[in-house]
Amino acid sequence: MTLGLINANPVVQAKKERLVRTQEDQYRDDGVDPLDIYEYVRDIRDPEHPYTLEQLSVLSEESVTVDDKLDRILIKFTPTVQHCSMATIIGLCLRAKLNERLPLHYKVDILVSPGSHADEDSVNKQLNDKERVAAAMENPNLRQLVDECIFSDEI
Amino acid sequence: MVETNQLTQYLETFVDITRSPTEQDDSRKAIASSLDNDSLSINQLVREMELYLTTTDNVVRARGILLLAEVLDSLKAKPLTNAIVHTLVGFFSEKLADWRALRGALVGCLALMKRKDVAGVVTHIDAQAMAKSMLQNVQLQALAPHDRKLGFELLEFLLQQYSEAMSTMGNLLVYATCEAIDGEKDPQCLIVAFHLIELLAQLFPSPSGPLASDASDLFEVFGCYFPLHFTHTKDDETNIRREDLARGLSLAISSTPLFEPYAIPLLLEKLSSSLPIAKVDSLKCLKDCAMKYGVDRMKKHYGALWSALKDTFYSSTGTHLSFALESITSPGFEINEIHNEAVSLLQRLVEQDISFLGFVVEDIRINTVFDTISRYSQFRGMPDTSKLEVLVISQILSVSAKASVQSCNIIFQTFFFRLMNTLGIVEKTSNGDVVQNGNFTVSTRLYHGGLHLCIELLAASKDLTLGFEECSPTPDCAQESWCSMVKRFSVPLIQVFASAVYSSSDDSVADVYLGVKGLLTMGMFWGGSSPVSRSEFEKILVTLTSIITSKSGKTMVWELALKALVWIGSFIDRYHETDKARSYMSIVVDKLVSLACSGHCGLPYPMMLEATSEVCSTGSKYVEKMVLGLEEAFCSSLSDFYVNGNFKSVDKCSHLLGCLTNKLLPRVAEIDGLEKLLVHFAISMWNQIESCGVFSCDFNGGQEFVEAAITIMGQIVGIALVDSQNSIIQKAYRVVLSSTLAAMESIPLTFVALEDLQRDLSTRDELILSLFASIIIAASPAASIPDARSLIHLFLVSLHKGYIPAAQALGSMVNKLGRGTGGTYITSGCSLEEACDIIFQADFASGEKISSNGSGKIICGSETTLSKICLGFCGSLEHQTHAITGLAWIGKGLLMRGDERVNEIALVLVECLKSTNCSGHALHPSAMKHAADAFSILMSDSEVCLNRKFHAVIRPLYKQRFFSKIVPILESLIMNFQTPLSRKMLHVALAHVISNVPVTVILDNTKKLQPMILEGLSVLSIDSVEKETLFSLLLVLSGTLTDTKGQQSAEDNAHIIIECLVKLTSYPNLMVVRETAIQCLLALLELPHRRIYPFRIQVLQAIAKSLDDPKRRVRGEAIKCRQAWASITSTNIPF
Repeated sequence: MTLGLINANPVVQAKKERLVRTQEDQYRDDGVDPLDIYEYVRDIRDPEHPYTLEQLSVLSEESVTVDDKLDRILIKFTPTVQHCSMATIIGLCLRAKLNERLPLHYKVDILVSPGSHADEDSVNKQLNDKERVAAAMENPNLRQLVDECIFSDEI
Repeated sequence: MVETNQLTQYLETFVDITRSPTEQDDSRKAIASSLDNDSLSINQLVREMELYLTTTDNVVRARGILLLAEVLDSLKAKPLTNAIVHTLVGFFSEKLADWRALRGALVGCLALMKRKDVAGVVTHIDAQAMAKSMLQNVQLQALAPHDRKLGFELLEFLLQQYSEAMSTMGNLLVYATCEAIDGEKDPQCLIVAFHLIELLAQLFPSPSGPLASDASDLFEVFGCYFPLHFTHTKDDETNIRREDLARGLSLAISSTPLFEPYAIPLLLEKLSSSLPIAKVDSLKCLKDCAMKYGVDRMKKHYGALWSALKDTFYSSTGTHLSFALESITSPGFEINEIHNEAVSLLQRLVEQDISFLGFVVEDIRINTVFDTISRYSQFRGMPDTSKLEVLVISQILSVSAKASVQSCNIIFQTFFFRLMNTLGIVEKTSNGDVVQNGNFTVSTRLYHGGLHLCIELLAASKDLTLGFEECSPTPDCAQESWCSMVKRFSVPLIQVFASAVYSSSDDSVADVYLGVKGLLTMGMFWGGSSPVSRSEFEKILVTLTSIITSKSGKTMVWELALKALVWIGSFIDRYHETDKARSYMSIVVDKLVSLACSGHCGLPYPMMLEATSEVCSTGSKYVEKMVLGLEEAFCSSLSDFYVNGNFKSVDKCSHLLGCLTNKLLPRVAEIDGLEKLLVHFAISMWNQIESCGVFSCDFNGGQEFVEAAITIMGQIVGIALVDSQNSIIQKAYRVVLSSTLAAMESIPLTFVALEDLQRDLSTRDELILSLFASIIIAASPAASIPDARSLIHLFLVSLHKGYIPAAQALGSMVNKLGRGTGGTYITSGCSLEEACDIIFQADFASGEKISSNGSGKIICGSETTLSKICLGFCGSLEHQTHAITGLAWIGKGLLMRGDERVNEIALVLVECLKSTNCSGHALHPSAMKHAADAFSILMSDSEVCLNRKFHAVIRPLYKQRFFSKIVPILESLIMNFQTPLSRKMLHVALAHVISNVPVTVILDNTKKLQPMILEGLSVLSIDSVEKETLFSLLLVLSGTLTDTKGQQSAEDNAHIIIECLVKLTSYPNLMVVRETAIQCLLALLELPHRRIYPFRIQVLQAIAKSLDDPKRRVRGEAIKCRQAWASITSTNIPF
């Protein structure tokens, strides 16, 4: 394992305004939409830096798609550098946070955006393998790192 | 005489540093009080203390001296002989040299300095000696902060009260002060130190005095604090704020002209810093300095000052100019603190010395603007630099022009012609003296930058005149050159602005905005010497009015023009301009009112009314005109309707009434005379209704008219004086008598007669009844009601027919009628007792009335007729529900005045809810529902009747009293076996009572109430009918959960609370219920861990379902709640 940061000097963007939903229709259901999901995950902290994924442009509003009929959610995120070994941790964080906030019937797919990572296929495979995710979450060190990233905005 | 032993004991206690501070304090107080009541003299004390004061033990000596000093401090008002004071001063002055006992010496000196005149004070010679000792012996900066503060205070006192004695000390004093302040960092000390410098400056004002020679040293010592950097937090116990310190420093810097060579360069340097706080402080301080240093000293800095000031203006102004409606009477761009300070400094400088204006006038940057301004016609199209130039320069020029008449003249002479040229306004006459209309050419292109500059200049001169009108009553600015200049150009200027208003270019919003703003400015020149003549003023009004009346619809220009007219109107009213008021009346008000009355204009009618009411409410004369006009219009439209059957006129009437209700009624307190006009209006409404024979409202818009009429009638009566109320009531009563309603009074109150009653009134009679009821509802208790008995009868019959307003009117009557017994004033010839007699005692069986049974106490329990109908002894179901609702309103009237009879009414209502009541069978579900809802009528605050606006008699805490009576009854009934339906209805009633009582009452009884509330929640959550009631009950529960008192009982009931809340998180019928239930679950986490831990799984499972809620807000709450509940254990969510 290399010491030091993988991307020592990332580009930081400004935080965007929080979405304010205008007067909602009282009599209509409002289903889960991509912006909802984005609201959930935008504040996850980067494992390396004290910035949120949104600030580092790892995620944007366009990176979430939702298929309401099939209950499927697809998130594509862009690691800051091609060889980022943190990509799996970020993916794990996304999954852990959404697990906590979504009802069970949703299937969440997490991918790195095409061409943004040197080892795209293996990362994607790792992130969507139930067994490996569960195993990773049982590792106390990993679990702690993920928890720190997830709850950083609420502390 | 205090025992010597005891005194020694006190002394020992104080001197012994191992004793606790409170003990020491007590002994000091004891000594002080015995001195104060003369049981001990100072001489004795000092003699007794000799050893302590002179011993070589440093600690004991310090304590001893401190004791003497503190005792003296508490004896400031006690008379002492001069000899004693002299001796003490000598002693403490000497001790200033004793650094180990310095605290005591300082406290002692201060205590002596603070002595009152009557009680023996320090002489000048003594003070001088003290000062000398202080200056020679005390090194203030070597001391602890508190001692330093004492030292500074001592110096402050010496300088303030013994300035003569101190002035002899000269350089020594200045030098010692420098030394004392040098390097001080404590804010409390600094604030005194700054004041010291101010005092020093007052003491040595002469330019050859001791301060003059040391001025640079002294300034170096305290100038380095500027700009003040202050990081202390707000909750500092001493409460010194940055502003206080900055103000103190500024006063110190500006205290004497001797500092000028050092201060001004420093301030100018700091002004160029990029730190906002430094800029603000510098500007404030420069203003102080300009005032104190005088023109001569400031003059040599003018060049530097002007360029620094100009830079500040440029850096503090944004490039955004707003063309919005709100900014028509404001500068139109954001103004920050720096800008404000810069403005006031510039104004100060120009006011003080007109020669400063030379820098402004000759500034190259300002002069080039006038050449470049015509390069861009649109403000939007300008590059940011040009925008900034225009905004900054318009500000600078307008501020300088506002400073004085002279400066205004200079600015206008220099710039106004050029500005006019740039705008393309050229005088054609060669001599330029005689200027006639039409001799001007107005260019077709409008330059926004130029227009803005021009408006700012005009506004500045306008503000200037307004400014000194306030101090001198006879203004005359006609001879001033600015005024004649504006006069020469006023005609073409108004033409230019008017053409801007009508512009249709691609950026017409800005054109229109500038045009209207220009006209508004031109219309607000003050007084007889105004540069705008009357005919031109009228032209302005005509232009603005024509915009309003044109068929443009609600556009920007319409709103701008309306706002401008309103401003001009209120300007005229405020400055009492009679001439202009006449023009305003004839051009604006007459025109608008006549259009509003006829309704024949291109505008939609509501807009017309809005414009008229806005314009007319600027002056009481206009309001009169308007109300009279509208009255006429109302009468003619209504008669047009009932004579010709024109439905449109009724629409017009309801708009008209709506306008009066919404626009004029809220302002009745501001506009005098409005009340009388409205009362007159109400009476002519009645006249109209009287004269219309038939009225029907079974068409589109008819019901709206009826509602508007009822609202306005009630509101007018509500605001009217008692006399006017009486006249309206009289008029209305005559109309009632002339209608078929009068016949109802003869219907006997018997079962047989009442059983046949139906809603059979004609529409006209129904209108009359509702209107009359609204009058009675709004009338004050002092108003006299004619023939109250037969009116009560009338209302009672209408109540049985199902007219709710009649029931409300009855409630209002029983609420306001005089008591009758005991000789109280009965306004309407009918007392409360008699009224209740009529209402409750009419005996159905025999058709005869039973008079009250001598004792004056009237029973209105289940034996009375009304209650019999309520309980379903006779009559149809519809009849029964009417009676129940009516009874509720009557009960509300009695309840609010605190009458006991309400209890019996409540019992009747409760009886209706029982599954087996005295009639032996349960009531129809619908009747039961009405009875349960009756409790809501009883307890909740109503908008339509029995409130403060309508003069209800309200006894304090009436809700609490009723609550404590009725809740035990309902509770015991719920406990007993009841059918599910009646149980539910009882819960509904209880929920109404609980949710309408102030929450503190609930909190006092949580232990008892919480189980009931929970049961109620589970009963009500079965179906969707009672969802609103359920929600209000849930809110009460959440209120108890967030309070400490409630939490105690929640701890006992945790399991049922959680069970109930968990059920409610999936309540399908109302989103807010689910949301609140989840919030309550979150609040439960405040309970002790051991109590809630067992429910963790249960709650988390329920919340997991809520994560899938169809509503976003519920999901959001669920996420928060789930996280909180999951985190009460160390392990993670167990799913």
